[in-house]
Amino acid sequence: MKRFAFAASVAAIGTLTLLPFVWFVLTSWKNAAEINAIPPVILPSFHWDNYRAAITRYGLLHYIGNSAIVASATTLISLAIASLAAFALARFKLRWARSYLMLLLALSMFPQIAIAGPVWRLLNFLDWLNSYHGIVAAYISLTLPFAVWVLTTFFQELPYDIEEAALVDGCTRWQALRLVVLPLAAPGLFTAAILVFIHAWNEFFFALIILTYPALQTLPVGIALFPGEYTMPWGEIAAASTIATLPLVALTLIFQRRIVQGLSAGAVKG
Amino acid sequence: MSNSQDPVWRFLLPSFVFVGVFSLYPILESFRLSFYRMILTLPWLGQKFVGWENYRDLITDPVALGSLSTSVIFVAVTTPFEVLLGLAMALVLNESFRGRGWLRAIVLIPWAVPTVVSSQMWRFIFNDRYGLFNYLLFGDATQLYWAPLAEPGLALMSIMAADIWKTSAFAALIILAGLQGIPGELYEAASIDGASAWRKFRHITLPLVKPALLLALLFRTIDALKVFDLVFVMTQGGPADTTNLLQFYGYKKSFAEGMIGYGSAIAVVVFLLSLFLSVLYIRLLGTGLLGRERQT
Repeated sequence: MKRFAFAASVAAIGTLTLLPFVWFVLTSWKNAAEINAIPPVILPSFHWDNYRAAITRYGLLHYIGNSAIVASATTLISLAIASLAAFALARFKLRWARSYLMLLLALSMFPQIAIAGPVWRLLNFLDWLNSYHGIVAAYISLTLPFAVWVLTTFFQELPYDIEEAALVDGCTRWQALRLVVLPLAAPGLFTAAILVFIHAWNEFFFALIILTYPALQTLPVGIALFPGEYTMPWGEIAAASTIATLPLVALTLIFQRRIVQGLSAGAVKG
Repeated sequence: MSNSQDPVWRFLLPSFVFVGVFSLYPILESFRLSFYRMILTLPWLGQKFVGWENYRDLITDPVALGSLSTSVIFVAVTTPFEVLLGLAMALVLNESFRGRGWLRAIVLIPWAVPTVVSSQMWRFIFNDRYGLFNYLLFGDATQLYWAPLAEPGLALMSIMAADIWKTSAFAALIILAGLQGIPGELYEAASIDGASAWRKFRHITLPLVKPALLLALLFRTIDALKVFDLVFVMTQGGPADTTNLLQFYGYKKSFAEGMIGYGSAIAVVVFLLSLFLSVLYIRLLGTGLLGRERQT
């Protein structure tokens, strides 16, 4: 009885988690008649037309390209800046290190609307609206607090003696970071990179206000603003959504342990 | 501890620049703008200092007050749900059973799905004619089908359901980390003393996991104030402004209507709300309520 109840709750968690998404993926393989059927048809006839239409008619590949460029650039630059900062915070014994970390933590909690107007005006002033560097700059500031937190946690856990030996042998701090700390912290960097990438890939609010030219828009903007006034092209939306989500689901399934570890380093450790 | 070749500031400068220019300055600027009247896209019309007028408008604007109370309801309903569901999931995931690795990975999927995607997904599920929601509820009795996203009370509930689906897993992760920190000997000792499963839960699990629950609750509360994508995609704040959550209303005023001064006043209110909550959160972390570093 007890085992049955437990198995039932495992099944319930699995179903509730997966069912909505599986339903959407199934929709992407349906033809128009199956999508508009009332009541709904469960199993699709496995058409690929929606995928073809999403790519040819709605320029899906273009949005994917933009998202890939923006998310990769954000990840690289954000991690570079964060590793420098985290190294200083973890190793230089600064009196205000904790205060700076707390400030970053507080910043990461504020709703984007609190800074959106001024950020828009600043980018407009620099003529950076509708540009990759404009959106990447905004994303770096969004992801930096988290990246610094996670990396500081990881760097603090590294043994200090190798680094100390390197410093005694005449390494500069900069060389110690580059040659000793970064290689040792590679798993931590990788974890932070996955999380920053997912964040940048999924971000919508800043992308919406900063990127108004369709040629530059990222995947979330494309999916949110899918054209269709009277009838929504649900098949194509579902196809585009499936493609947008697949890389993330793959990352999540493969790197589940790292992601959980990274999230708890960012959220739980004080 | 810095030596002359590579002083500390060189390592920290890039992060200071980004934090200063793209986070701190914009927050201060939001405060300043909230005392002006100006149009975002027509800056050459100038900015007029209007003192507290935007704030006076804010407290007499029924839509803004509605937006505030909608946000409070949203937070009050979703966060307890997410934490309770998160606790339930964490308790299951903390047991050892075949397929646990899979379930742990599956649970993360809603977290990884882009919010825009999950918003479109739930919009489709709540469709008035061919949505899964209606089908599961009424089956073939199509004359009973609802239009949840077009009805004032139901639209907010639909958005809440979508939010709960997406974020309970995150609460579960935080709580699971808390559960894993509880030493197994406590349960063994209780078993020897003949304690029932319920008593073990009540007297060992619950008190020891309480900090993690609080943390998850606060984290979710702060995040609930940021909800935007769901509203933008599913309802655009409607019907009849019943799903106008604060972040969306601020966006609408500042960007859709270009009233950046008034929009900034909303931004300041949201900022102060979340500042209060994050100070609470940091205090909670600072008091060491979470105990020592835990293994993951």
